[in-house]
Amino acid sequence: MRKVTVFPKSKVAKRQKIISFLLGSSVIVFFLIAWELLFQLKLVNPLFISAPSRVVLAEIAIIQDGTLLKHFIVSAKEFGFGYLAAIIFGFPFGIMLGWFKLLKASFGPFIAALQATPRIALMPLFIIWFGLGITAKIVVVLMSAIFPLIVNLQVAMSTIDPDLVHVARAYGAGRWQIFRSIALPTSLPFLITGLRLAAGRGLLGVIVAEVFGGSEGIGYMIEYAGSTFQTDKVFAGVLVVAIIGISLDVTLDRVGRHFDRWRSDSAVH
Amino acid sequence: MKNGMTVEAPEASTLQRFVQSGVATPGNGELGNVAKSHIEVQKTVQYPDNRPVKLSIKNLVVGYLDNQSGQTTVAVDKVSLDVREGEFVSIVGLSGCGKSTFLNAIAGLVKHQYGEIRVNDRLVNGPGKDRAVVFQKASLLPWRKVGRNITYGLELSGMKPAEAREKASYFVNLIRLNGFEHHYPHQLSGGMQQRVNLARALACDPEVLLLDEPFAALDAITRELMQNELLELCEKVGKTVVMVTHQIDEALLLSDRVIIFSSRPANILDDIRVPFPHPRKGHIKDSEEFRSLMSQVWKIIEGNANIGGGI
Repeated sequence: MRKVTVFPKSKVAKRQKIISFLLGSSVIVFFLIAWELLFQLKLVNPLFISAPSRVVLAEIAIIQDGTLLKHFIVSAKEFGFGYLAAIIFGFPFGIMLGWFKLLKASFGPFIAALQATPRIALMPLFIIWFGLGITAKIVVVLMSAIFPLIVNLQVAMSTIDPDLVHVARAYGAGRWQIFRSIALPTSLPFLITGLRLAAGRGLLGVIVAEVFGGSEGIGYMIEYAGSTFQTDKVFAGVLVVAIIGISLDVTLDRVGRHFDRWRSDSAVH
Repeated sequence: MKNGMTVEAPEASTLQRFVQSGVATPGNGELGNVAKSHIEVQKTVQYPDNRPVKLSIKNLVVGYLDNQSGQTTVAVDKVSLDVREGEFVSIVGLSGCGKSTFLNAIAGLVKHQYGEIRVNDRLVNGPGKDRAVVFQKASLLPWRKVGRNITYGLELSGMKPAEAREKASYFVNLIRLNGFEHHYPHQLSGGMQQRVNLARALACDPEVLLLDEPFAALDAITRELMQNELLELCEKVGKTVVMVTHQIDEALLLSDRVIIFSSRPANILDDIRVPFPHPRKGHIKDSEEFRSLMSQVWKIIEGNANIGGGI
């Protein structure tokens, strides 16, 4: 029996990976040391720049007194609902736009116009419409996250291999079967990319919306700390946002890789 | 039809030609006549064959609208063809002569304007389970492993994956794909991919198997190997097959009959019975008889190309 051999990653590739990891992390470490030194040697006013050590202390403090958890839950709710709504509306709408040409012709320009509008500029309107509570923020997240999804899924539909459709038709497949067996699997990598972009935009949306107005959430916490000159706490808040953003992206990337195993460049067995 | 294309009914009196063996006729002397007369003459070649007719095509006309020029082109012009059960029929002709259009019409992927197609005496209009097509490109679903690519056709006809797998397993063995079920298509060579394509078609157990230049995209060596495998396979399963190819040797090796199409609009120039008995082996290509048959087919195509005003 013949077997297909998949070669393991070569040693050279492995070594290159290690080198680039070392280079990347050493720049970060160097930056942190320089920052700490700047503070310790009092080269710059400590009020302006804080220091890694002080940020860590502030971080521990807000974790211990429950401030972080309180604001995190609010932000997570706003982001979660908005993101979910963006998927629920954006996924089918994007697919339909790509699938039905007439729909694309009708809604395409309108969506392009909306997409070009900076959503955060609409924040005062959202506050007028929905108040200073959670709803206005959910709407901002929804409006920020939905367009990457719509655009990506619409593009996905245009990348469907016509030969596959031809084959499916030859086997007597109906439109719904073609959609399920070809269009949906084709859209999957685009959905993942869309979700990653949407997560980034949504996170940005929730933080800016909270900075803009309101009395809870991580964005508010950062804004409040800033206006009361608690630089350490500002950095502590920013660090939390960064960690959330990175973990979301890494998770979605992992999920994407899982569904992407069939691609020639990511096949691992 | 909308654009004013008129299709006349074919003449009632079609000249019937009886050919005993393709080796003897048509003689070289009448090649010119064959080519010249093909415009008026419909040839139906018959020879003793008592098997029931599986695929029957009568006066098939296929035209299509050219989107750029807005003109209607007739690709297939009043072609009649009967294929009997278990028969392997090849269609050869110049590229662009309409042979692929003809095959697509049988598959139901292209609408015909006139005439009829019957499988087991049942009128055919559109794709159906009774026919399966193997295209030049393997066109496997890249996100499905080999096993589920083979069952794709069955799944489309409403069969559950587990049941389909069982039904397909016979062909997986036959095409020697066992052990590859869990590979993705991109991990396979072009030849292997085309075997999966073939297995996918056979798994549906169609009444008629349609092959559209199945090996044209493969390299020369793989092509030869695949020809031998297909030969062996067809002798085993005894399927009714219609294959379009531009390789004359491929057509002669595999087929019981070779149909030669004229340049566009296509109709049948000649219908040659391939006399070699089954089981055949690839080395019959080296025989004197095979070569003379090849040159005979080639001369008919060449003669038509010259008369038809070029290639």
